[in-house]
Amino acid sequence: MLPIQTRSLTKRYPQVTALDALTVDVEAGIVGLVGANGAGKSTLIKILLGLLEPNEGSVLVLGMDPARQGEAVRARVGYMPEHGCLPPDMVAAEFVTHMARMSGLPRTAARERASEALRHVGLYEERYRQIGGYSTGMRQRVALAQALVHDPELLLLDEPTNGLDPAGRDGMLELIHRIGSEFGISVLVCSHLLGEVERICESLVAIDAGRLLRADRIDSMTRRRDVLVVEVDEGVPQLHDRLVELGLDVRRAGVGLLVPLASDDTFDLVMKAVAALDLPLHRLEQRRHGIAELFADRPKEAGHVLG
Amino acid sequence: MSSADGSSADGVANGAGVIHDIGYQRYTGPRLGRRHLVGALYLHGLRTAFGLGRTAKAKIFPGIAIVLAFGVAVVAVAIRSQTHEVAVTYLQYTDALSIPMLLFLAVVAPELVCRDLRSRVLSLYFSRPLRRFDYAVARLAAVVSAVWLLLAGPLLLMFLGGAFAQTGGASGAWHEFTDFLGGLGYAAMTAVVLGAVAVPLASLSSRRAVGAVIIVGAFLVTTPVIGVLSGVGGPTARQLAPLLNPVGVLNGLEVWIYRTSVLEIGRFGPLYLAVAVFLVAAGVAGLGLRYRRVAV
Repeated sequence: MLPIQTRSLTKRYPQVTALDALTVDVEAGIVGLVGANGAGKSTLIKILLGLLEPNEGSVLVLGMDPARQGEAVRARVGYMPEHGCLPPDMVAAEFVTHMARMSGLPRTAARERASEALRHVGLYEERYRQIGGYSTGMRQRVALAQALVHDPELLLLDEPTNGLDPAGRDGMLELIHRIGSEFGISVLVCSHLLGEVERICESLVAIDAGRLLRADRIDSMTRRRDVLVVEVDEGVPQLHDRLVELGLDVRRAGVGLLVPLASDDTFDLVMKAVAALDLPLHRLEQRRHGIAELFADRPKEAGHVLG
Repeated sequence: MSSADGSSADGVANGAGVIHDIGYQRYTGPRLGRRHLVGALYLHGLRTAFGLGRTAKAKIFPGIAIVLAFGVAVVAVAIRSQTHEVAVTYLQYTDALSIPMLLFLAVVAPELVCRDLRSRVLSLYFSRPLRRFDYAVARLAAVVSAVWLLLAGPLLLMFLGGAFAQTGGASGAWHEFTDFLGGLGYAAMTAVVLGAVAVPLASLSSRRAVGAVIIVGAFLVTTPVIGVLSGVGGPTARQLAPLLNPVGVLNGLEVWIYRTSVLEIGRFGPLYLAVAVFLVAAGVAGLGLRYRRVAV
């Protein structure tokens, strides 16, 4: 069963259309939901939680319709909001215990699982301290612990690295990766930073202005798309024309040229072309195509599911 | 890791097939339903109202309120055991404490309601199986219970003292007991009406100080109006003026139900009851509406 399925999901606000006929299947595992701020990520999450009702289309979360079976969905989903959501004057262990009880766990189980959840996020030693005294990174971990405490089947994390320094960011991403890969919980990570989710996700859903840009597994997005970066100190236009003559799909990128790496012969072709033109070669490098460039390559292919 | 065995079994069971010392355990126990959620939230709110499970600072004010409430009762018991006359009746006790109760409400209701709004923890509550209306009702019930307990404890003390001090034998003791029950009932009415007014008012603001000011203001702002109406108005105006204030409504209710004479209400007793019921219904409805609208 797919954790999340949407069909022509549409949500309109008076001023703006937040989701526009979004059709996407989210696979089990760690899935990144990327898009600029205002792309509709948070709206989608609230619809998945049954907190908002879509205007059109349908959605299934863990096989249930959140608009009609909201409580059943919310019992099996963990949610970490994008904004701060913790009462500063409560002790972390007690807060997470309380949240476990609010998910229906009996008292003893709630207390045990709260301790466990705080241990998993690395706050075991500090769990009897007040949340108000925590750093931003520790608070984010408490927010993650409360989302995890009732053993959800699906975690919805809205910008989990918000406001963290680089070290905290890495720690949080590593934690999410571990939850998705070792705990057997599906995770949907929202982020406006593609580079982040790319590191931990198995597949990616990109939305823009409420429309689907692309949904695919990360490896299939990058596999066929390795490129050669060629930089020469002079004669860039000549080299460009020469490579085009050879039938390569060359693109100018900054000071260099990008050549799709179709096969191992591409290296030889480029080398020979540079040698034939007698140009000073500065750099010849194989690079994995950044996913950001992939999305930049494909403007507005809305409503189209690849893969 | 003490749970290495359990975790490895778990890892295999959920298909991961990898043993890690992190030892995540799936939860297979019961997931309780709506009544449990509301009950747990209610108890948590009640504890919070008295500062239990919170910092020492949060215990100061409830502590003062408890000491004050019991102090009045102790004095009443002491006078009665010395003089064998009832200095303060069970009903008078609740009336005498109306201002301290109001201050207690002005602290406790915002404590339970505004803090959740301010810290935005409602996003976490409402992304769980808890219903919004259930949240509102649990919070209101916690505040009402806190006020009632604060009155009922000292009333019990007064009853125990009175039962020993009274001189009427078994029938006197029975009489004392029914008076005591009546006092508990009036305390409950007071708690319900004042709570149902105070909690929705507190929920208008996410700042505790503002919530407190709104509550105190709502109770006090009508007091001079009542004074003026009682002073210059005719007999009917005098009998209706207390309706403008929740405490006045309660006093009128006391006069009508318990036949005391703290107020002159004429034949308007049922009207006082109607207004009291309306205040509670409006409070609950307003609170429900407030939390339906709150964005998470």
